[in-house]
Amino acid sequence: MSLLQVKKLRVSYPGAISAAVSEVDFCIERGESLGIVGESGSGKTQTALAVMGLLPPNANASGSVMLHGEQILGAPTARLNQLRPQKMAMVFQDPMAALNPYRCIGKQLRTILRAHRIATGRVARDKVLSMLQKVGLPDPERQYGAYPHQLSGGMRQRVLIASALIAKPDLLIADEPTTALDVTVQAQILKLLQALRQELNTALLLITHDLGVVAGNCDRTVVMDRGRLVEEGSTLRIFAAPVHARTGALIAAAPRLDVAAESAPPPANELPLLEVDEISVSFRERRAGGGRQLRAVLPISFTVLPGETVAIVGESGSGKTSLVRAVLGLLPRNTGSVGFLGMALADGVRQRSNETRRQMQMVFQDPVASLDPAMHVSSIIAEPIQVQDPGTNAAGITRLVDEALDRVGLSQDLRARFPHELSGGQAQRVAIARALVMQPKILICDEAVAALDGTVRRDILKLLLAEQRRSSLSLIMITHDLAVVRQMSHRVLVMYMGRLCELASNDQLFGAPRHPYTRALLDSMPVADPEAVRQEIALWGEPSSMLQPPPGCVFHPRCTYAIARCKEEVPAVTECANGRVACHRAAELDLSTNP
Amino acid sequence: MLRYASMRVLGAIPTLLLVIVIAFIMVRAAPGGPFDAERVLPPEIERNIAHAYHLDEPLPRQLLRYISGLLDGDLGPSYRYRDYTVSELIGSALPLSFRLGLIAMSLALVLGVGTGLVAALRKNTVLDRLLTGIAMLGISVPIFVIAPLLVLGFAVYLNWLPAGWSSSSGISRYLLPVFALALPQIAFIARITRGEMIGVMASDFVRTGRAQGLGTWSIVRYHALKPALLPLLSYMGPAMVGILTGSVVVEQIFGIPGLGQLFVRAALNRDYTVVLGSVILYAVLIILFNLLVDILYGLLDPRIRRR
Amino acid sequence: MSTLVALQQLGSQVRRSRVVLVSGGILLAIGVIALLGPLLSPHSYLDTDLDRRLLAPAFAAARLFGTDDLGRDLFVRTMMGVQVTLLVAVVASIVSLVIGVLYGAIAGFVGGRVDALMMRAVDVLYALPFIFLVILLMVAFERSLFLIFVAIGAINWLDMARIVRGQTLSIKEREFVDAARLIGVSPIGIIFRHITPNLFGVVVVYMTLTIPQAILVESFLSFLGLGIQEPQTSLGALVNGGVSQMEQATWVLLIPAGLLAIILLCFNFLGDGLRDLADPRKQAT
Repeated sequence: MSLLQVKKLRVSYPGAISAAVSEVDFCIERGESLGIVGESGSGKTQTALAVMGLLPPNANASGSVMLHGEQILGAPTARLNQLRPQKMAMVFQDPMAALNPYRCIGKQLRTILRAHRIATGRVARDKVLSMLQKVGLPDPERQYGAYPHQLSGGMRQRVLIASALIAKPDLLIADEPTTALDVTVQAQILKLLQALRQELNTALLLITHDLGVVAGNCDRTVVMDRGRLVEEGSTLRIFAAPVHARTGALIAAAPRLDVAAESAPPPANELPLLEVDEISVSFRERRAGGGRQLRAVLPISFTVLPGETVAIVGESGSGKTSLVRAVLGLLPRNTGSVGFLGMALADGVRQRSNETRRQMQMVFQDPVASLDPAMHVSSIIAEPIQVQDPGTNAAGITRLVDEALDRVGLSQDLRARFPHELSGGQAQRVAIARALVMQPKILICDEAVAALDGTVRRDILKLLLAEQRRSSLSLIMITHDLAVVRQMSHRVLVMYMGRLCELASNDQLFGAPRHPYTRALLDSMPVADPEAVRQEIALWGEPSSMLQPPPGCVFHPRCTYAIARCKEEVPAVTECANGRVACHRAAELDLSTNP
Repeated sequence: MLRYASMRVLGAIPTLLLVIVIAFIMVRAAPGGPFDAERVLPPEIERNIAHAYHLDEPLPRQLLRYISGLLDGDLGPSYRYRDYTVSELIGSALPLSFRLGLIAMSLALVLGVGTGLVAALRKNTVLDRLLTGIAMLGISVPIFVIAPLLVLGFAVYLNWLPAGWSSSSGISRYLLPVFALALPQIAFIARITRGEMIGVMASDFVRTGRAQGLGTWSIVRYHALKPALLPLLSYMGPAMVGILTGSVVVEQIFGIPGLGQLFVRAALNRDYTVVLGSVILYAVLIILFNLLVDILYGLLDPRIRRR
Repeated sequence: MSTLVALQQLGSQVRRSRVVLVSGGILLAIGVIALLGPLLSPHSYLDTDLDRRLLAPAFAAARLFGTDDLGRDLFVRTMMGVQVTLLVAVVASIVSLVIGVLYGAIAGFVGGRVDALMMRAVDVLYALPFIFLVILLMVAFERSLFLIFVAIGAINWLDMARIVRGQTLSIKEREFVDAARLIGVSPIGIIFRHITPNLFGVVVVYMTLTIPQAILVESFLSFLGLGIQEPQTSLGALVNGGVSQMEQATWVLLIPAGLLAIILLCFNFLGDGLRDLADPRKQAT
């Protein structure tokens, strides 16, 4: 008898056109790991909530969900509370929202033990401490009394996992457990889940949109699309020979590092379009009487050639967004200068001329938030025209707007829509149209595809590549996603805690990186290939506090190759074969990618 | 934390000073003076009186004199009652109003939070709609409509409770005034509590609590109560102001010899020193209370207490 | 131009809420009757008729609401009360709206030190016991309608300023403002083209809350005898008059009190309904 058996599960909401989940069948055996993959809206989370009995009161759920042969769909809350979390538990996507901000984490875990009469008092506290240690919290005694806002994202997720596993359930459901985390932390958390799962013989139901995560963590996989289950099978089989078109599309859109870049680099002997020279950015903490200084970006230089794509890679806190904003003039810079076609640019965007401003435009991460919710699509795209060429008459504006819509592949029916009436992909296209209508020479994409689903993401990236080919547009892509870097960039700039680690060409970076951090990033990336050899944990710990950076090389606390010198001396940026690196041991280390 | 508290205390001082200055200036700028409502006085006597009350001094000097008097607890003499000082008048009226206000506030908290929680946990049932509807009435209908209606209902028609203060003694004469005073606050508090509670119960961390198998009672006790009630603390300041202004009306209607009635009568009689003194007292009460609430909030919200 | 669009949006959404339509409709009806009623009645709000004091409401002789203790027709006086109450409330709210929005938008937009200073001022003013100061004001000076407007307007603008400032700040942080800056829109352009239309929703909702507050303050003052002066009247003054006649002629209290309650209820429901419309619906596609 299977541990969990789901038959003909259907979840619908009043007023919705189609069911959120329909006709879903699957089962999980003891100790097995099953992955549910699908894009957003495919019904994965609804399925999980239905199994756990956590659907909102207005949901209609029918079908059968059997745990250990007992029907739990529609079971009374009292019975469900006996099963949760002792037989089944769940870990959610956003650990900050999932933890009570008003209670310290130790108490939150202890309440579980007390409520289920597993343990009380001293015994309970000890159990909590040992669980916290097991999930990898560095200082359980001290962190017992910590509040969620005092912990980092990775630590919060560990606490959530601890709360789920403390009662030793038979089934653990993890809904996008690592989506909100940096990629190096993601690798740690996934490894942790695997280790704990094996130790406690817990079955794992892993829900994700990321095929790489599924490939490396699940024995079997289920693919969902628009509420329906479209394919099921062993992970190996699904990746090797997908049957359903949807599965094929997902796999095709999955990020891969082993394919070549899509476009050839532009001729290198051209004059640089953009020259960034020793730009640095710092902030002061907002506190009465002056706070501490936060050096978000330390002096960095790089250039961008016409028709080239430069990727700026880094995790949260790396300073990549601050760097680019300073270049654009949206943030004041501390030191350094920016030159465009040889001409120095003013510090603030307001002081630059219209001519200059139109040359560099930006597309942002949240497509809907980057569009004014009170404006129609046509007004949004028309605004740059009105500002840059105020004399243009109405007919001219309409023509330009229609051309722009056409160029980004949107139908003219969308002219009168408001941003909240658009899908994520459509909104991003509008944002791109707005940016391109002025024919800029440089387009900066700040995590422009991070919030989009796989297939939509692929289409947007194709659009950008087509524009680049068409008009020799230069792209600066800020991202944490190495697959996007691999596909799109010619040169790559890797940043860590505001500092430059490495600058290299695309092939060089992926084939033979020179900085240990780059190596760790590459190794942390989940690869959408179940047969790929998984590395051991690439990187432990998390980035240090930006307000009190470690002495010497800021990366040294986490670096596997650190030596004594790294603790004392800040590595200088040194030139090497068509690139730069800031590491004391760059010359002697061989960090090439194994074939 | 200490820094937070001391900043708050420091911030309250300019407010208090501002109140004193504004009120003082308004009073001095107003027409009329001591005892001139009784009869027209010959000019020399008026001048003597003015001199005796320091009204012929330049304004800033008068202000300073007044403030130093305040620090000594001397609020000056009444302009209407020859034999009494302002401090004496206020002093005899304050305890009663204080008692009424305290009882009303406590009642409001207990009943308000109680009904709010019940309504939130029984969301969208008949009980909830009933309670919400009554709360809506309590918020919309002004206290000077509620109080007379209560008197009409309970005292005149049903004759269960006394309509006036002096007409009876004992507990029963407290009932209607306290209830009238508390009712609008019960309504506000219930509404706020219900809203916050519903919000918290729908939050992600309560969902986590459910996933952890905690029953409704455990969830309410360990996870929902604090986040739901903490915002209520911010309302306590306005609630206090509401009770103070409400007391003006309630004392008027029931004939209670409290601070509110003293204030209104002084206002209508142009007894400026009493009015000034009352306004300052009200301000002090409000400012102190707000300070207390602020500091309490800082203590209870972990996001402020531990940065 | 964008403001018109925002208005349009609001208008189309309003149709979806029954609460908004019903309470808005009732208010409109009351307003119309208040304006037309006195014109249709043969009596005037001034005429005292000591022979016909405290008559009960009756259709005969067009004494729809009866008469008060001085023989004046209660229907006409009540309608006048409604007129005055609503007039004072709306004008005072507009005053506080204009001051509050300007103050809040400037503080929020300029930001930094100026914002901190302006908000400190608001904090200090917020702690003042306004009602009492207003009473003092009414005591000290001639009680004119103008003074009442000033007094009420002065109380309410603080809340509006805070809300507008908060909203301005959050709008300013949004990426579409950055996009506008990159395009080259001037700061004035950003204020008028991007910030103001997005403030609309918040301001409208808050107006529906400040109006009842203004009504309450005016009625409170009039009830105490410190507000509108005879022979004019407002609902608060009428309630005051009604209290003294409470035992002999309850309708003299009940009618203005009831009307006041209905008006306030409708405004509160209206505000609630509008607020519900503004938030979650925006997410639903």
